[in-house]
Amino acid sequence: MTATVIELDQEGAASILRIAGDITSGSDTDLMAAYGRATANGASAVILDFSKLEYMNSGGIGLLVTLLVRAQRGGVRLVATGLSEHYRQIFSLTRLDEAIVIYNDDAAAMAAATT
Amino acid sequence: MNELKVEPPPSVKTPPNGDAAPSRDAANWAQPVDRLSASGVAGAKDDAVTGKRVSGPLQGFGQLWQKTFTVRLEGVDISATDLIALWKERFPTFWPKGQGFYAPLSGIAPGEVALVEIVPLPGAPVRFSTGVLVLYADDESFTFMTPEGHILSAWITFSARRDGDVTIAQAQALERPSDPFDELAYMLGGNRQNNRFWEATLRNLATAVGVAAPVIDTQVVCIDRNRQWRYWRNIRNSASIRSARRTLTAPFRKLTRRG
Repeated sequence: MTATVIELDQEGAASILRIAGDITSGSDTDLMAAYGRATANGASAVILDFSKLEYMNSGGIGLLVTLLVRAQRGGVRLVATGLSEHYRQIFSLTRLDEAIVIYNDDAAAMAAATT
Repeated sequence: MNELKVEPPPSVKTPPNGDAAPSRDAANWAQPVDRLSASGVAGAKDDAVTGKRVSGPLQGFGQLWQKTFTVRLEGVDISATDLIALWKERFPTFWPKGQGFYAPLSGIAPGEVALVEIVPLPGAPVRFSTGVLVLYADDESFTFMTPEGHILSAWITFSARRDGDVTIAQAQALERPSDPFDELAYMLGGNRQNNRFWEATLRNLATAVGVAAPVIDTQVVCIDRNRQWRYWRNIRNSASIRSARRTLTAPFRKLTRRG
């Protein structure tokens, strides 16, 4: 099991969470703390960058659902970028892509998230 | 850049997903599927499942609940992987008496579809016919996702882990009642009945591996109190309504066949 490493970039009204390593139910504390930091300055959108994601199980997908609910409750838009074809398929399979829009790169995600 | 957490890299790393190498979890997930098919599963009618899409907690109508049921297998020498292997193999036998789970021939594996017949309340004349997709499965966990029409739009993950010398079995559901009718039933006792169902399942599992007096820990949290009104139309796929209609019209259909 690889640790979850999350880095935060802030660009204007959007924050980018760059997620590396594994996302499982055990990533709960790290992901929620990172989200809290990302929105502490009033960001209206959070971009989840999965380009360094190495592993995600069903617990990880469940965690993204709870994160999405938290974002919706706070009026924050959640979008995703950097997903490999495999993880795009998982987003589609679980219908997570109906709630979290996927973009090909940071620039597209940033443009969409801040309009 | 604010670094929130930095840990030393592990000695062996799979390439990040930008590379062509398959992800470590690739074999554990079901392949993408547009519509489910359960036509090869024996034991129950598949028409409530075949042709339906999956429907997770994001597509349900009612409030979103996270339920976690755990049992410590005190005094039993069984590893987490052995427990999950047993749970997968004998899954239907751990369900409460009278409830039906019809596994595919190849067992609980990613992408397989199982059929389910649930008696909503003890003694009820109606059996709800529905099913589940095996969304994910590995050596220490497996996850089901419900199809459209199921009472709950849900994922439920069954897992095991070690805590010192003790193995802990867990069932964790993330669920929303699928439509307004299901939400009402859930509020009027379905929620509690659902808890009893999984508590009984864990109790049966623990007893089967030799725990004399299993103690089930139940944690129920409402994650989202909002109802998703845009999904009220889920009622058109309702397995509850379909099953009730089938039960009510059964005598007439019998007469028609005889005629």
